[in-house]
Amino acid sequence: MREIKANQIKEKVKELFLQANYHIDQDLTQCLQKALKEETSPIGQSILRMIIKNNQIASSEEIAICQDTGLAILFIELGQAVSIMNGNFIQAVNQGVQEAYQEGYLRKSVVDDPVFERKNTKTNTPAIIYTDIIPGDKIKFTVMPKGFGSENMSALAMLKPADGPEGIVNFIIETVRKAGPNPCPPTIIGVGIGGTADKAMVIAKKAIVRKIGEHNQNEQYATMEKEILEKINRLGIGPAGLGGKTTCLAVNIDYLPTHIAGMPVAINVCCHAARHAEGTL
Amino acid sequence: MTQAKKTTTPLEDKNVKELKAGDSVLITGYIYTGRDAAHKRLIELIKKGRELPIEIKGQIIYYVGPTPAKPGYPCGSAGPTTSYRMDPYTPTLLDRGLKGMIGKGLRSQEVIESMKKNKAVYFGAVGGAAALIARSIKSSEVIAYPDLGAEAIHRYYVENFPAIVVIDAAGNNLYETEPPKYKQS
Repeated sequence: MREIKANQIKEKVKELFLQANYHIDQDLTQCLQKALKEETSPIGQSILRMIIKNNQIASSEEIAICQDTGLAILFIELGQAVSIMNGNFIQAVNQGVQEAYQEGYLRKSVVDDPVFERKNTKTNTPAIIYTDIIPGDKIKFTVMPKGFGSENMSALAMLKPADGPEGIVNFIIETVRKAGPNPCPPTIIGVGIGGTADKAMVIAKKAIVRKIGEHNQNEQYATMEKEILEKINRLGIGPAGLGGKTTCLAVNIDYLPTHIAGMPVAINVCCHAARHAEGTL
Repeated sequence: MTQAKKTTTPLEDKNVKELKAGDSVLITGYIYTGRDAAHKRLIELIKKGRELPIEIKGQIIYYVGPTPAKPGYPCGSAGPTTSYRMDPYTPTLLDRGLKGMIGKGLRSQEVIESMKKNKAVYFGAVGGAAALIARSIKSSEVIAYPDLGAEAIHRYYVENFPAIVVIDAAGNNLYETEPPKYKQS
């Protein structure tokens, strides 16, 4: 067994949430710059310029890219040969989130009761934590501060197998069209196909963190990603929904085996401030 | 894009009339913040016939919940939140004299009709450009509902706050007119 202290987990989680909230990845920056060159709408161009400039300011001054610093999402791959010492794993993760949001001047956006009291927990916890137990003696963290302007545009369809790829493409295009300007385009669209209703949405969310420009390794799915991206960008929605050809930067599909009777399709939408960070202990 | 129009607050009918959908504007003056929870409280006060904590006549409400300010900064990152969540409350505020709103995203038909009736304007700020927008916010103070934290009503003094007129007082709506120009079949 390899021993990892709860405090190391807390520190790593804290570091990653600070990094994610201040610094946009290079691949996304390059993608935005390329979109700016190709955008034909003058309003769209000015919006893309503002977004690029915003991300530069946030990074150089270490301030939040977006005021919606999101719910704290973590995908954790926990090696089965790791023994966690001197503390509780979940508490350590939440403690790391709390310290990042309190010490990093990030907004606390969690309410305890979704319907009645809606009282802010003032810590931005509890975090949403997905843990996979894997072989090995390491812990890998993928963190994602997820804003709700885009999260609110998510959708799930329990399609029939007979709906086929065409049904999937239509559902995604229709969801993006209806969302219009609301999820802060240009967006990244995470799609989860298969599994169950719940699992499809989890893999859709995780698909958002894929490096821009990479595609599903299965060629048929990769082709579908490219086709959907092209169709979305023909909708004309554009940056901030004010018209243009830059509506979506990437469509990332992941899939899982599913039941003979079903074809769940989950869409998790992410704004252009697609913030995430990865780290390993 | 054409040169940005300078706009100052408070807004009067004649200023509002000059603002056309598609205009790029730089707003200077005091503006108020408010989002879901603050709107709910304002509407409850109006329903009970009580006085509001702010005089909204001629004012602009910015839909924002900023991050806490880093030491040395007047304000934290402060980009717009999605406006449709305020739609159920907005016509009541427009009837009370609210002249402008800054947010992002679609508005309901009821809001647009009320904007036409009351001569008000909806500005779009760029969602996610929160660090950039914050540079135009020169001072920030909490005016009401401090218990709401980021959702409290703040009063900002802004200089050259960058926005676009998305829906004007005649009901012209960029979200309807612009995307079709770039739609490819």
